[in-house]
Amino acid sequence: MGRYILKRILMLLPVLLGVSLVSFSLLHMVPGDPAVLLAGEDANPDFIKALRKEYGLDKPLYVQYFHFISHVVRGDFGISIRNREPVIKLLKERFLFTIQLSFLSILIAGSIGLIAGVISSTKQYSLFDNLSMVGALFGISMPIFWFGLLLMLFFSVQLRWFPAGGKGTIVHLVLPAIALGAASSAVIARMTRASMLEVIRQDYIRTARANGLREFIVIYKHALKNAMIPVITVFGLEFGYMLGGAVLTETVFSLPGVGRLMVEGIFQRDYPVVQGSMLLVATTFVLVNLLTDIAYAFFDPKIRYE
Amino acid sequence: MNEAKGFKTSQTADVWRRLKRNRAAIVGGVIVLLFVSIAILAPLISPYPPNEGDLAKRLKPPSQEHLLGTDPLGRDLLSRVIYGARISLQIQVVSVLIALVIGTLLGMVGGYYGGKFDHLIMRLMDILLAFPGIFLAISIIAVLGPGLTNLMLAAGIYSIPQFARIVRGSVLTLKEKEFIEAARAVGENDFNILFRYLLPNSIAPIIIQTTLRMATVLLTASGLSFLGLGVQPPTAEWGAMLSNARAYLITAPHVATVPGLAIMLVVMGFNLFGDGLRDSLDPRLRD
Repeated sequence: MGRYILKRILMLLPVLLGVSLVSFSLLHMVPGDPAVLLAGEDANPDFIKALRKEYGLDKPLYVQYFHFISHVVRGDFGISIRNREPVIKLLKERFLFTIQLSFLSILIAGSIGLIAGVISSTKQYSLFDNLSMVGALFGISMPIFWFGLLLMLFFSVQLRWFPAGGKGTIVHLVLPAIALGAASSAVIARMTRASMLEVIRQDYIRTARANGLREFIVIYKHALKNAMIPVITVFGLEFGYMLGGAVLTETVFSLPGVGRLMVEGIFQRDYPVVQGSMLLVATTFVLVNLLTDIAYAFFDPKIRYE
Repeated sequence: MNEAKGFKTSQTADVWRRLKRNRAAIVGGVIVLLFVSIAILAPLISPYPPNEGDLAKRLKPPSQEHLLGTDPLGRDLLSRVIYGARISLQIQVVSVLIALVIGTLLGMVGGYYGGKFDHLIMRLMDILLAFPGIFLAISIIAVLGPGLTNLMLAAGIYSIPQFARIVRGSVLTLKEKEFIEAARAVGENDFNILFRYLLPNSIAPIIIQTTLRMATVLLTASGLSFLGLGVQPPTAEWGAMLSNARAYLITAPHVATVPGLAIMLVVMGFNLFGDGLRDSLDPRLRD
């Protein structure tokens, strides 16, 4: 297990290097003088000069990259052009918010997906199974932002059960989390169903039944435990994708998350903010995937020895 | 030669027979066909020009004159949705084509030659995949800037890794097969082996992926336009149409309902058809 984890971490390094190179090169791929981009177009010439010096923008690219990465490692992502605050401060607030939202979302999506998937598999081709699979089809086909608008229209405007936007309490997060999790709950339901159907056909389940165990115990103790292994991967992946999809939910419900921070950064040409968001979201996503892989290997020893 | 041809025809007939029996795939195929026809025939079937509005008739609910009502600028919503099909199809075809060509080439070359080159390609794909979903497309837009052309590029690049991985996997299995060994033995060069042996035999997973990607790309592209990073107003694009509908959620809910419904139906069509194709082209993958 230790060796496997080490191997996975080593495989991660080139990816993280690539991610940092991509966000570093953003400044150099966008047309314009990087110093002006960093300072903002209406900054005074002295400030631009100072920035050029501070960031070493007159030095060769590899020196600039080392400068960039040595600051990033210390949590210094530069200063936001728009509100002159350290980018790290903005990222911290916004990122925590997105994590909270994604967490609530995977909780909701996971519960719905698991329950629907298990029931569907035990009652294959029943009305419930058909309905939940049609529901799953809708789940993966609906655009997040449109589903969000519909939820808002129905639950906020018509029924007035939930606020239509803003932040503060968990109530503000319920509709955005449902919108964000719809596709994931569909994927989890499908995966759980398929995995359960495969496990239920195995010999040891037949043996358990033949031994006279109650169906409830067979399904929920023996089958579910084994069927869950591939589902874990889906959980991890879906949580990771939520970090990306959150940008749409955050925009629909006007929520202060890191996705919206990035999009606002693009509009305002606030490159330090864009760089920081790219780096943070991608790194988190990669780490979430690493943890998912490790969890998978932990539950399924076959993987470790491949 | 004749024998080979005969085999191929019966294989195609097999796929077609399985596809016809799959009700979900038929529904998906019909939706896709309808969508493509609407996109092509847009100027003929749309009742009004998509960008001409009458401010005196803004935000009108559906009526006989305007079957789906009008938008905040008094433009006919049905006409805009019809023209939106055009833009969507254009984005889907161009983006998926970019991904299909580049991804397939990378996957074939990497899988066939292996070694350092393969390693490099796959690490590059890993770096692209390190950006979760739509976030990758947004990051590309951050570099290229918003707009229709850049949107298609971003959605295209965003889909390259999927094609590269699938084709590489297929080539890795195929290149160990006897018919490739035989081809080498009769002196076929690498180019021929890649394009006349490996590519035709990888076509099934490529077709499946192309169909399913049409769905993903539409979701991503309309999402980008919704965020204001893709197609810009006044162009009738479904995501862009939804982005200002939010302000009229209370007064004119139909403005927010119709374009989203269109996206969902088309995505659903491609998903159903793609799943059906997978079941028919490769019955072993059926769950």
